[in-house]
Amino acid sequence: MPAIRTTPADTAPGPQAFLAAQTRWRLVEILFWLALLSPFFLLPTYLTLASQIAITALFALSVDLILGYAGIITLGHALFFGIGAYTAGLVAKWGWGEAISGLVLAALAAGFVGYVTGFIITRVHHLALIMITLGLGLVAVEAANSASWLTGGADGLQGVRMWKLLGTFEFDLWGYSAYGYSLGALFVFFLISRRIVHSPFGLSLRGIRENLDRMPAIGAPSRARLHKIYVISAAMAGVAGALLAQTTETVSLETLGFQRSADVVIMLILGGTGRLYGGIVGAIIFMIARDQLADMNPQYWYFWIGLLLVAVVLFLSNGILGGLDRLLPRRRGDA
Amino acid sequence: MADPLLSLKNVQAGYGESIVLDGISLDIEEDGSLSVLGRNGVGKSTLLLTIMGFTNVSAGTVTWRGKDITGWLPHKRARAGIGWVSQERDIFPSLTVEENLTVAASPGRWDLKAVYDLFPRLAERRTNMGNHLSGGEQQMLTIARTLMTNPAILLLDEPLEGLAPIVVEELTAAIERMNDQEKMALVLVEQHASVALALTEQALVIERGAAAWAGASGDLVKDQALIDRYIGLNLTGQAKAG
Repeated sequence: MPAIRTTPADTAPGPQAFLAAQTRWRLVEILFWLALLSPFFLLPTYLTLASQIAITALFALSVDLILGYAGIITLGHALFFGIGAYTAGLVAKWGWGEAISGLVLAALAAGFVGYVTGFIITRVHHLALIMITLGLGLVAVEAANSASWLTGGADGLQGVRMWKLLGTFEFDLWGYSAYGYSLGALFVFFLISRRIVHSPFGLSLRGIRENLDRMPAIGAPSRARLHKIYVISAAMAGVAGALLAQTTETVSLETLGFQRSADVVIMLILGGTGRLYGGIVGAIIFMIARDQLADMNPQYWYFWIGLLLVAVVLFLSNGILGGLDRLLPRRRGDA
Repeated sequence: MADPLLSLKNVQAGYGESIVLDGISLDIEEDGSLSVLGRNGVGKSTLLLTIMGFTNVSAGTVTWRGKDITGWLPHKRARAGIGWVSQERDIFPSLTVEENLTVAASPGRWDLKAVYDLFPRLAERRTNMGNHLSGGEQQMLTIARTLMTNPAILLLDEPLEGLAPIVVEELTAAIERMNDQEKMALVLVEQHASVALALTEQALVIERGAAAWAGASGDLVKDQALIDRYIGLNLTGQAKAG
């Protein structure tokens, strides 16, 4: 972290105070989070879907940290989602069904793979970057497929048994525990992400995104910073995967798949990149649209997602939240 | 006598295989100031890039406060107190003025208040995005951003290029103040020889990557024949970038 300490006693806002001012909670944010509690009361039959949305939103948030803030374009982030899912699934299958420690192990495993692949990721840019993330994702799917003795291959990982959450809450069929658990995890990691992006480190990431070569000249080692956020993002994606494994008590190859990597980028673009809430809003829209459209005509629902994607990119400056920002009174739109 | 702030000894440097600087030596004291002059493409910008650590040094040493920093990475040099203002200005377009400044902040004399004092125009534009600034404001922002790192030396690469005369005056005054009052060392690469020589004590004229002339700025300014020979007429010099 860059050393930003207190500036000489003066009335002018120091950099610290400037950054702190951005972290103040706005009313609309508080309302947003309260609204996320409403499915418990209003839509109890949709809690399983709500849980999936919260998990996907956490995954999208992890991608926003690298794509939106640091400018690392990825089409292979499901690699870390899947590693987290398999780690948590296997730990539970082998007899340790405690959920929170499962999340920690999943974060460590995904973070470690993020650390190793980060050496390549931070050295390439543009098309090469997209291709390498894509390639790593494809390698992971086939590796998991061929290691069917471990992963269950195309049949998926069976026999995942979770203990009671925190020793108290059974993972019920209705999904009360699942949604509470997923939403709680999403909120915790949202707070962490918020802290990160409004820190000097987070601001330096945006500088790196804008101009990779200039940041070293003002004291920030670009590559090391990118590597750090990539590991953080990988660990968060791993937690999201672990949540899915634990709440559904199964893991499929699809958790690692290209489709998941691509979908999460679509969600982020729909919602708006580099604004924390973009991924969450994108996940909500995407997942609800899929749920509703798939009921109408299961084969063609991507048609509508595709259409929506094109429209949003053409007509809104930065996703749906970026568009809303334009309509509402002008304000710095990066909270 | 103590070690100079920055010292280059027979430095040979360039990009990849090619060599641009061929045996440059110079010393700058704590509050010293140096003009680097010469025609386009002789290696003036490369000299600053080499001090900052962006080039391949194939021979010679760069020392900072007596320490050999020839192999240091750029970010380490920036933190040690070398501040570089590139010719391209490249401010961060989608960050506000205030964010552009904060991103570089490190503790010391120069904070937001101090740079706004130096460039009041930036204070007026603090919530503007980086790409919604005039050329002169962008140049002020680049200099201010570098000041926020609290450097002991400022490397300026053609800071006055392409700016309106009134902005040139404002910037010149700021540069003078930094060197004279704030005791910040200064290396100024400039096409406008007369402006640069008035701002600095020492001058270095580069010709094909090597020193063609070195001495007091006051001596060079009197020797119009020398200026014409190595730098060209002031009039032609103003039109082009280096």
